[in-house]
Amino acid sequence: MTAGSLPLTDQFERGLAAPICLTWELTYACNLSCAHCLSSSGRRDPRELTTAECQAVIAELQRMQVFYVNIGGGEPTVRPDFWALVDYATGHDVGVKFSTNGVKITPGIARRLAGRDYVDVQVSLDGATPEVNDAVRGRGSYEVALRAMRNLADAGFAGFKISVVMTRHNIGQLEEFKAIADRFGAQLRITRLRPAGRGAGVWDELHPTAGQQRELYDWLVAHGTDVLSGYGGALPGLGMCGAGRVVCLIDPVGDVYACPFAIHPSFLAGNVRDPGGFAEVWQHSELFCGLRRPQAGGACESCAAFGSCRGGCMAAKFFTGLPLDGPDPECVKGHGERALAAAAPAPRPSPDHSHRTAPHRTAPHRAAPRGPVPLTLSRRPPVSACNANPLAGFVPQ
Amino acid sequence: MACAASTEPAARFDLDAPWRLDAQVRVRPEAFGALLYHFGTRQLSFLKSPALAEVVRSLAAHPSARAACTAAGVPAVDLMRYARALQTLAASQMIRRRDTA
Repeated sequence: MTAGSLPLTDQFERGLAAPICLTWELTYACNLSCAHCLSSSGRRDPRELTTAECQAVIAELQRMQVFYVNIGGGEPTVRPDFWALVDYATGHDVGVKFSTNGVKITPGIARRLAGRDYVDVQVSLDGATPEVNDAVRGRGSYEVALRAMRNLADAGFAGFKISVVMTRHNIGQLEEFKAIADRFGAQLRITRLRPAGRGAGVWDELHPTAGQQRELYDWLVAHGTDVLSGYGGALPGLGMCGAGRVVCLIDPVGDVYACPFAIHPSFLAGNVRDPGGFAEVWQHSELFCGLRRPQAGGACESCAAFGSCRGGCMAAKFFTGLPLDGPDPECVKGHGERALAAAAPAPRPSPDHSHRTAPHRTAPHRAAPRGPVPLTLSRRPPVSACNANPLAGFVPQ
Repeated sequence: MACAASTEPAARFDLDAPWRLDAQVRVRPEAFGALLYHFGTRQLSFLKSPALAEVVRSLAAHPSARAACTAAGVPAVDLMRYARALQTLAASQMIRRRDTA
């Protein structure tokens, strides 16, 4: 069997020459203190990459043909050099999609963004009403996000994204989120709450119930074509975890982690400041090479949904104390809930850049051969950090 | 967003016309073939065959797609399969005819 005849999933599990879904968190500084922040952001790290170091990383991404990066933080737009770095990236064949809470999206910036090719904007909103949103993201954050959306729409920026982390308190607002997106000519994007960063401390109280997961599934079936979802694989059988294979994260100090949801020493592969830079880490780090060797599916391998779910999210398992070769904590078959009952103590997320004045949220850690020429087209990567999910392939009876 | 290669009619693809990659498309070599990215449509394509990747990369250097296939070592019996794949790439603006705007 030649390499080319294997299914794409198998190709991806062996790793690609360069990532196709690279998240780059430019700063740990943030004006907000969201309860579920994946990167425990708040305070700027004094070791943050300089402008020149960021430009060197961009040049390296261009050489490796990483065609676009997802930039986040922290709040990336609070870096004084942020807009210059966006221009530098797009000028070097590296497209940019950045996530923001909207704080710097003034009418002037919105007009500037609307005139750029290769730039996409994603505004975070975790409640369709101020009450639900601000309870998680902080007082006033709903108004800030809505103002940014209004500025983008007024500037003619069509199709920007509104990114929603699904929680127990906002799953009932799906129709209202959709209405907000429609009002601004935007696209709704929903993602899973991860028990990473500060999210580990609130996961128990915020993650959707099994009944809500089903409600979400039904809603997605009805609206799937209009909504970008990290909940369903774009292609059948491609719900696999791409960590270290097609996905990775560069953090503000240049540390390279296997995925955006796994900021922990166990998933740290190296640093872009090391000899050989990012390419060396991607291609030769011990951690990433290990992830690209065949993985055992453990108890999940006998499950009928294993082909599409592939055991779910590595980070979600790690931060809830579950074994990596077992079921995802939100497994729709219920295996996760049973496993959680017997789970080991969960590892603490680290590092922590939370504001020292932020509400203390970290406490409740759990104690316990001759067909068509193979060609696949897709508008976005069929595998991403966001696609590893326990709903993939799930069809309610 | 599908494995459309098997459903597009090969007959619609003109193997004897001159073709080229779209100017906004970049080709990244991968062990299984290549990854194409179109900066305009933001679409990714995975070419799961080194021979197809070679055909696509060299289209502009040949008078026709058929010549590019021959030069890449595609057996005559496989030409229709490659034409279907190329038609899919043409439909998604990854490749364009050189003799039309």
